[in-house]
Amino acid sequence: MTIKVSMKVNGKPVSAEVEARTLLVTYIRENLRLTGTHVGCDTAQCGACTVLMNGRAIKACSIVAMQAEGADLMTIEGVAKADGTLHPMQQAFKENHGLQCGFCTPGMVMNALDFAKSHPNPSEQEVRESLEGNLCRCTGYHNIVKSIIAGAKAMGGKL
Amino acid sequence: VNAPAPAALLGARITRKEDYRFLTGTGQYTDDVTMPNQAYAAFVRSPHAHAVLRKIDAEKAKKAPGVIGVYTGEDLANAKVGGLPCGWLITDVNGQPMKEPAHPCLAQGKVRYVGDHVAVVIAETLSQARDAAELVKVDYEELPAVTDGAKARKAKPIHDNAPDNTCYVWALGDKAAVDSAFSKAHHVTKLEFVNNRLVPNAIEPRAAIGAYSRADDSYTLYVSSQNPHVERLLMTAFVLGLPEHKVRVVAPDVGGGFGSKIYLYAEDVVVTWASKQLNRPVKWTSDRSEAFLSDAHGRDHVTVAELALDKDGKFLAMRVKTTANLGAYLSTFASCIPTILYATLLAGQYTTPQIYCEVTAVFTNTTPVDAYRGAGRPEATYVVERLVETAARELKIDPAELRRRNFIRDFPYQTPVALQYDTGDYDATLDAALQLSDQKNFEKRKAESLKNGKLRGIGYAAYIEACGIAPSAVAGSLGARAGLFEAGEVRVHPTGSVTVFTGSHSHGQGHETTFAQVVADRLGLPIDNVSIVHGDTSKILFGMGTYGSRSIAVGGTAIVKALDKIIAKGKKIAAHLLEASEADIEYDRGEFKVAGTDRKKMFGEVAFAAYVPHNYPHDKLEPGLNENAFYDPANFTFPAGTYVCEVEVDRDTGVVTVDRFTAVDDFGKIINPMIVEGQVHGGLTQGIGQALTEGCRYDANGQLLTGSMMDYCLPRAGDVPYFKIDTRETPCTHNPLGVKGCGEAGAIGAPAAVMNAITDALGVKDIAMPATAHTVWKTLQENSHARV
Repeated sequence: MTIKVSMKVNGKPVSAEVEARTLLVTYIRENLRLTGTHVGCDTAQCGACTVLMNGRAIKACSIVAMQAEGADLMTIEGVAKADGTLHPMQQAFKENHGLQCGFCTPGMVMNALDFAKSHPNPSEQEVRESLEGNLCRCTGYHNIVKSIIAGAKAMGGKL
Repeated sequence: VNAPAPAALLGARITRKEDYRFLTGTGQYTDDVTMPNQAYAAFVRSPHAHAVLRKIDAEKAKKAPGVIGVYTGEDLANAKVGGLPCGWLITDVNGQPMKEPAHPCLAQGKVRYVGDHVAVVIAETLSQARDAAELVKVDYEELPAVTDGAKARKAKPIHDNAPDNTCYVWALGDKAAVDSAFSKAHHVTKLEFVNNRLVPNAIEPRAAIGAYSRADDSYTLYVSSQNPHVERLLMTAFVLGLPEHKVRVVAPDVGGGFGSKIYLYAEDVVVTWASKQLNRPVKWTSDRSEAFLSDAHGRDHVTVAELALDKDGKFLAMRVKTTANLGAYLSTFASCIPTILYATLLAGQYTTPQIYCEVTAVFTNTTPVDAYRGAGRPEATYVVERLVETAARELKIDPAELRRRNFIRDFPYQTPVALQYDTGDYDATLDAALQLSDQKNFEKRKAESLKNGKLRGIGYAAYIEACGIAPSAVAGSLGARAGLFEAGEVRVHPTGSVTVFTGSHSHGQGHETTFAQVVADRLGLPIDNVSIVHGDTSKILFGMGTYGSRSIAVGGTAIVKALDKIIAKGKKIAAHLLEASEADIEYDRGEFKVAGTDRKKMFGEVAFAAYVPHNYPHDKLEPGLNENAFYDPANFTFPAGTYVCEVEVDRDTGVVTVDRFTAVDDFGKIINPMIVEGQVHGGLTQGIGQALTEGCRYDANGQLLTGSMMDYCLPRAGDVPYFKIDTRETPCTHNPLGVKGCGEAGAIGAPAAVMNAITDALGVKDIAMPATAHTVWKTLQENSHARV
């Protein structure tokens, strides 16, 4: 049995017929073909699937698509400007070499966007704590922390 | 900032070309690839560590909704699909070849570890495949299992042709000379320890899509791999018996490897084979639980190590005995890791004149073990640097001073364990590390910590590694069944922009940027005029791939050689256009000039002439400007450095905090310091992970206890500090860029530095890795002096 699930993703209304057990991340990747949101684990530990749901960072592997019915979602594909200009947080990751293989990166950026809204001038410690739910195996976090501090400053508390 | 003055390209912090796609979600990893009409595979895996496969009943699964195929080991055997090969033959102490048990892609007769592949179910959707996989009934007769390498030789045989579960007993060095040196020693330091088994955990799980085309009887395999050509060679020549030219392997964006994506895995073979049986693309994506079970693990040594010293603290000899756990089967390069890449590094940075190392490699009922970031060299560094630090403490010599007394200073230096170091300056990296770590004020910080109820310790590690793997002839003489060169092709387009094809593979290393810097520098072109292509056997002439920190030293050199051919041909064309003698043409930053005149042709003009050859020396030259080169290195490269770690230990909880970590490395010439620093940060964190948080555990029955990210603790952002890092430079003497490689150093040097710091803080001789809070707390309880 399938269920029609509708929501707004990156400003666009979308809907798809899915099995009830379909995870939100599967809906995003397989039904919407937005493959920038990644799956790195199956225990909600790695954070590679982080998206913004109604402005809050959530792990899209941890809820089923139905739970996002009617929600306003932003995925990594919706972060840069329409003309392709990187968002200040994305730009900060680039300038600070806050990514290597790129697989955890979308989740890192989405989590950082939510964090930076309330932390326009975060300390190293605050940023490290904010990354509790996101794993990176490449960077040793050093440059991710620097990226988020720089990105948060550039954002000035506004998404 | 992607267009600096061409002159400043080498050594420049250029932001990465690949970042835009990764930051905008437009990268393409294997699981992002969807092929028309693709089906999905789910593997039935053994729940037992060791069992006879009595019967597999797949009837129910075959009838389940959406299922289009179920295959078992019997099907593969009937189809004459071979087993997975091992790429390195080790010859044992008696001159006999290692034991090479069959490694079927789907189990035949027996399963040998939890996660071993029993069957594959292929269905229209992933959910259907997984649901149906649950319906495959397997009748197992359980057998006793062994997971501990040290107990393997006396356990129930896992393979018929290895009755004592021993793959080989191998040795390097002059045992008699070593024993004699020990008998005369003033002091002997001895340690016994386990180098803990690690699970690589690239954040992108492995994935593979096999697609067969009836139209031309060809296959395409998309796979998360560090070396697509090697994958193709092994799969076609040794497993499926397919013609190599009919198989294309694409490793698109790959989300980290760390060694675990070097190997040819059963899943890759099965989806490729099944795609022909079903005439459908077949996709498999590992979930994390499967990754824990089936990605090759790393390390897992049990070692007894001894260092003999004279009264002045000069090292006389080292004696090392290691049992290496290879897991249930031989993974692709498993056999060379605890031998060729381990024992040869035991000289470290020191003049130790005699070294003997004996390695017993055993099979156990665990996931196969193979190269993981550092691969043998972290284990060797751990042996050497834990011994040296312990000896310094026992002899009450400053640990830095003891190292200085034994440093190699004359290069080239022939070690007693086969390697010849070309260059290095170990005093320079040690001195810089002491300075940068503010070691002189350590005692003050220690006193300050104590006021806060914390124990502070300092530890050093002066590591060396052999990278740029490897001279093929040397590797071949040591048992390698493959060459270890690299290939590169430079294709100059008619309008003068350049596409470079490399056999190296980037899965985070940033080759698209670093290699473009090398190309743009050599040709004197803007970096935006250069693109780097990797990861596709249909585009790249050949490649041995990326591992062993070899990409810049071997792959980069292949590109440089091809570039020099381009310049040489360009000079001929320019000489014709300028009506000058070829000998008078100089190439400088994008211009072919007649020496001593202002007559010149731009690079783009020469390229255009090569492709629109109206005025062209047709009698002497072919049109076009396209060159390739293969480069086989003359020697390994030898990055080295000193790491200094300071930890604080909470006496009440046993929690260890890495308060300061300083790394000074000598990687030879550096192309992009920003990228190199990133490599060091990541390596250090994996090394700190091994020391503090990561440890793969099996229970007595062979069940994997650390089977998810909730049980196996990868370091998080709060577990590591900002790193203080710097470099010193002795250029490699045998490649034109003077580069050595930087990818593994952090993981090689960090564990010893951290453990030296913890043992210093606790005042104990040894403590096991990972030094979790529980382990440290127990140690504190057992050592009253540390609790003061």
